Amino acid sequence: MFPLEPSLYTVKAVLILDNDGERLYAKYYDDTYPSVKEQKAFEKNIFSKTHRTDSEIALLEGLTVVYKSNIDLFFYVVGSSHENEVRSLAVLNCLFDSLSQMLRKNVERRALLENMEGLFLAVDEIVDGGVILESDPQQVVHRVALRGEDVPYSEQTVTQVSTTALVTSFISAYYIVQCGSCTITLFTLYSPET
Amino acid sequence: MIKKFDKKDEESGSGSNPFQHLEKSAVLQEARIFNETPINPRRCLHILTKIIYLLNQGEHFGTMEATEAFFAMTRLFQSNDQTLRRMCYLTIKEMANISEDVIIVTSSLTKDMTGKEDVYRGPAIRALCRITDTTMLQAIERYMKQAIVDKVPSVSSSALVSSLHMVKMSYDVVKRWVNEAQEAASSDNIMVQYHALGLLYHLRKNDRLAVSKMLNKFTKSGLKSPFAYCMLIRIASKLLEETEAGHDSPLFDFIESCLRNKHEMVVYEAASAIVHMPNCTARELAPAVSVLQLFCSSPKAALRYAAVRTLNKVAMKHPSAVTACNLDLENLITDSNRSIATLAITTLLKTGSESSVDRLMKQISSFVSEISDEFKVVVVQAISALCQKYPRKHSVMMNFLSNMLRDDGGFEYKRAIVDCIISIIEENPESKETGLAHLCEFIEDCEHTVLATKILHLLGKEGPRTPSPSKYIRFIFNRVVLESEAVRAAAVSALAKFGAQNDDLLPSVLVLMQRCMMDSDDEVRDRATFYMNVLQQKQKALNAAYIFNGENTHCAPSLNLRALVCVDISGPIQEVRLCLSVSSVPLANTPITEQKTEFAPVATSKLPEKPGPTRQDIYQEQLAAIPEFQGLGSLFKTSEAVQLTEAETEYVVRCVKHTFARHMVFQFDCTNTLNDQLLQKVMVQMEPSEAYEVLHYVPAANLPYSQPGSCYSLVRLPEDDPTAVSCTFSCTLKYLVKDCDPNTGEPDDDGYDDEYVLEDLEVTVADHIQKVLKPNFAAAWDEVGGDFEKEETFALASVRTLDEAVGNIISFLGMQPCERSDKVPENKNSHILFLAGVFRGGHDVLVRSRLALADGVTMQVTVRSSDETVVDIILASVG
Repeated sequence: MFPLEPSLYTVKAVLILDNDGERLYAKYYDDTYPSVKEQKAFEKNIFSKTHRTDSEIALLEGLTVVYKSNIDLFFYVVGSSHENEVRSLAVLNCLFDSLSQMLRKNVERRALLENMEGLFLAVDEIVDGGVILESDPQQVVHRVALRGEDVPYSEQTVTQVSTTALVTSFISAYYIVQCGSCTITLFTLYSPET
Repeated sequence: MIKKFDKKDEESGSGSNPFQHLEKSAVLQEARIFNETPINPRRCLHILTKIIYLLNQGEHFGTMEATEAFFAMTRLFQSNDQTLRRMCYLTIKEMANISEDVIIVTSSLTKDMTGKEDVYRGPAIRALCRITDTTMLQAIERYMKQAIVDKVPSVSSSALVSSLHMVKMSYDVVKRWVNEAQEAASSDNIMVQYHALGLLYHLRKNDRLAVSKMLNKFTKSGLKSPFAYCMLIRIASKLLEETEAGHDSPLFDFIESCLRNKHEMVVYEAASAIVHMPNCTARELAPAVSVLQLFCSSPKAALRYAAVRTLNKVAMKHPSAVTACNLDLENLITDSNRSIATLAITTLLKTGSESSVDRLMKQISSFVSEISDEFKVVVVQAISALCQKYPRKHSVMMNFLSNMLRDDGGFEYKRAIVDCIISIIEENPESKETGLAHLCEFIEDCEHTVLATKILHLLGKEGPRTPSPSKYIRFIFNRVVLESEAVRAAAVSALAKFGAQNDDLLPSVLVLMQRCMMDSDDEVRDRATFYMNVLQQKQKALNAAYIFNGENTHCAPSLNLRALVCVDISGPIQEVRLCLSVSSVPLANTPITEQKTEFAPVATSKLPEKPGPTRQDIYQEQLAAIPEFQGLGSLFKTSEAVQLTEAETEYVVRCVKHTFARHMVFQFDCTNTLNDQLLQKVMVQMEPSEAYEVLHYVPAANLPYSQPGSCYSLVRLPEDDPTAVSCTFSCTLKYLVKDCDPNTGEPDDDGYDDEYVLEDLEVTVADHIQKVLKPNFAAAWDEVGGDFEKEETFALASVRTLDEAVGNIISFLGMQPCERSDKVPENKNSHILFLAGVFRGGHDVLVRSRLALADGVTMQVTVRSSDETVVDIILASVG
């Protein structure tokens, strides 16, 4: 057996779990865990082994798992145990940094759930079918190209928000809604459906 | 609607999840707004997100509902909202396998992939390739080729990666894109380079020459991408291994040069490749080890982990190479990542000195409960290796292992511990009692049947020979009361062994057996009845045959004893043996038809072979197909192959010796290494030195270039002189040569006879003896009895150590060492070697050889057998 078979297929799974070990995002790229039941069991195991320690890497069920936690989120990249751990780490960092930029450094569960489509698109740009597609967070953010996220809303004044809302599309209006109660009026003003 | 949910969100605080209580049917209902005009991109986007979220949570979508949602989604291509379009691509990818007729979006995707919006093109290619099959691939081939060489990196990368995914499905089409991939490989973008290299390798990996050319090109021109470098290193090391090239090859130099790359990823990959290479010398390892040493103090846990894991591997084969890192490893013992700490300690255990063992064991026991099972197994393996290295430390290890055994853990982990304890017991007789006590305690509360039966078997084997065997009886009988059938059966067998070996325990064992005879399980009952009857006879020979050496496997499959139990066992021994032989036939690999007493069937039924075709079975089948060899009886023994030519000569010949009851068949496997010759009527002529008579030659009709063929010789063993067991044959290869065209293999019509002298072939006493393992040698010794016992003393002047003497005797006689007597304890100057075997014809042979070391080695050999001639043969051949 030759353990280091040259291949581009290097990522087995990308997972994001919350504080309770619940799946927020999970993408498996091969048949290591074919059924949802097995996947959830693996996630449970992974979470129980990693949520108390902040130590970046572990060997579980014969797989190398690199991970990172932030506030109430746990990010995992799973590879085979023969995988170059440094490369898996590069994938993990790319995912985290991309999300961090997209969520304006606000990487926590609530913000992530409000930007699920951004997360879906970002992972799609980072790994495709188990092959690392891009490892540079700048490129990933650029390619995901979610509009209306250039300036962090939390730091804007109400006037700024209203001008942004005027010039940008409905999507930005959608985000405005979530900034605070005062912007809800803006939303109702500019949204055609209400 | 959205406003409402936002309000609720805020009220319930940050803990809520807007997707938490999504109902699949409700979401699919909502998806109807996809059909509304004008399209509301924001709402549609939100619904698509919900659908993907549900899919991601593992929600099952039926084909009907998926197809419906998919078709509704296709309408969204009319909107020009970027994010919405991107989510459509994602939905296509996610639904490609669950929805029907996904190819309906082909034209939309083709338009996007060739369009002006760069943001669309890459993802559109990836989505398109997910829904494309081989036939449709032809239609988009042109676009794919263009996309591969596109100057926008995301487009090129997407096309390359998608091509790679499709290699499995349509290799022939993708193969045509090699030139484009080649062009992409010289791109400036690091990811494009990496993907192009990966695709090129996958297309060419079966063509070693092409791979080697490609490597040559890229290693010379240099690449920018660290990912591509990692890939190159893996390809290079694989090629090195396949071609078995020496370490002076340019590929090795390339890998070594990568140790100086500026990217950690590449450096680590190179170091790991060197470490994994077989036959690396310590000098070649040194540079790799020193970069790994640097990584040990990296702030990144992953890098420290990678380094120490690789060092751990080095330490298995070259502990001395790692000693330089001991200080760095010491620092890692307290690492907050327990995996790193464990690896560091186990590495140190391999490289450190005996004095540090205690300290390290103390360290590791402080956190062993925190690490995962995988690492616990690593720890156990390290301990096991340590015990072999420092046998004196076994008490420390035993304590540690018993503590681990009490902790929670999976089967693999427990099995590793049990195996480790068993090996310690076998290596160190003085640890036997503590070890057995720990194991007894373990089976009191053991959920793994396999482990329980294994331990019971061990108890049966070792327990009776300890000073106080009675204390184990309680543990064993508890199993009979409490456990499942398989464990109960194993416990009964173990009990029987105690009864057979300890006369004072026999009455109590019989009482317990009596109880087992009431068991609800057939197998347990049968075993108990059988052992009960055997034990009641109080005959040593019976005990030896049926209790100690009767079964070799600890979790013995059903012995099919039912037929036997009804036999009146008090009859003469022979009669019982016949009955047993009938019932044990299903277990044996070679059924013995003759039931005469001198053909004791015990021989084959005891061979330590696993069920299923063995090498010998395969040969037996091959030989049986040749008419000349019919009527020889069953194949008794097949020897290992002997080379009769030097390597790299014109013709390569090796010989396999098959021994039958009265004949031997020599199988010559010949290979013709000349591509301009065809050999015909190939046979090996043999001239025996003794009274062996060559009866038949079976030639090989044709022997074309590089296709191995076999010819055979049948030889009758001398019947009038049974002691002539060894013989030398001078062999000559005879054949008809026809010259032929090296390219087509077309031979000329005319040929000429030629011959080729081979090396002499020896038949030795080992060819007449089959190895048999007797788990309890003393019992077997008594069973055979002293009727034909002979003893002689020899001086082995040329041998200097006991180890060497033992090795020589075993290989000379070809018999099975028993009771682990092939291992000579250190610093002893006398040793007893026990050997067991079956001589051709089915006679048990046992050899006890006392060795004493003085100037040379003096050896006193005692041979017992059921046949007198055999004893003479053995002694004569030793002398």
